[in-house]
Amino acid sequence: MNLSAEARAGALVVYVGEERLDAAIAIRFKDRMREITQQPSRRVILDMSRVDFLDSSGLGAVVAVMKSLAPTRSLELAGLTSNVAKVFRLTRMDTVFPIHDTITAATHEGERHAG
Amino acid sequence: MQVDRSSLFGDTAKRERPEAQIFHHSFPADPLSVRTALRAAVARFMRQLTADEAGTLELILAEVLNNIVEHSYGEDAVGTITLSMVRDRRGLSCSVSDDGVPLPMDCLRTPDPGASPRPEPTAFPEGGFGWFLIRDLAEDLGYRRENERNLLAFRLPLGVAGQNTQVS
Repeated sequence: MNLSAEARAGALVVYVGEERLDAAIAIRFKDRMREITQQPSRRVILDMSRVDFLDSSGLGAVVAVMKSLAPTRSLELAGLTSNVAKVFRLTRMDTVFPIHDTITAATHEGERHAG
Repeated sequence: MQVDRSSLFGDTAKRERPEAQIFHHSFPADPLSVRTALRAAVARFMRQLTADEAGTLELILAEVLNNIVEHSYGEDAVGTITLSMVRDRRGLSCSVSDDGVPLPMDCLRTPDPGASPRPEPTAFPEGGFGWFLIRDLAEDLGYRRENERNLLAFRLPLGVAGQNTQVS
């Protein structure tokens, strides 16, 4: 499970270095995210620009991470590729996650709100 | 003795339309074998699909096959999945069989009129998306239990038959 994290503009940015977020790695993804998000940060932004395939197990894992952070911390998404965006759209889960085009856009938005 | 080739190969050989293509594969019911099979199935038809159709195909197949791994055979069980796909004029006809437990009929049922067909997003569901996606994206979904086997069939509708030159 290839995940890396860095603090940027007050947010914890987690980069998913996997091409697939699917049933084969959904549980490992949840476990690794639990470890990574021990690092305190109100906003957690998941960079999914590398992921070109997401199935319902992967989606369920992303939702589980969001629930583990709530209510005091938020999970936001950035860089959805077209196949991944389609799954969020079909399930309407795009209505419950803040979704940004890129990490840069996501962190800029945070700065704007902060300022 | 003369052999009528057209009857041997069926009428598909005579018509002027894209050649039907077939994919047939049996593999162990585990997540990594499912991944490999998905990749092979999509690669087989890649040239006939737009990027969007390829993504949809991979998603439907992933949902169907992972359901078999997780529910039909269940954790720690050993089993085989057989996937067959045929390209026809209306799209890709797929059939999937396994020797696991029977499929609960609720999976195939479209919810009552007025009820939401999908899990409620604001309830933050972690599951239940799989069959919603299958019902939403596949056509002519059918299921039969026969000789202790599950047989599931469906079609992925495709655009202009096999003539996609679009690169998106």
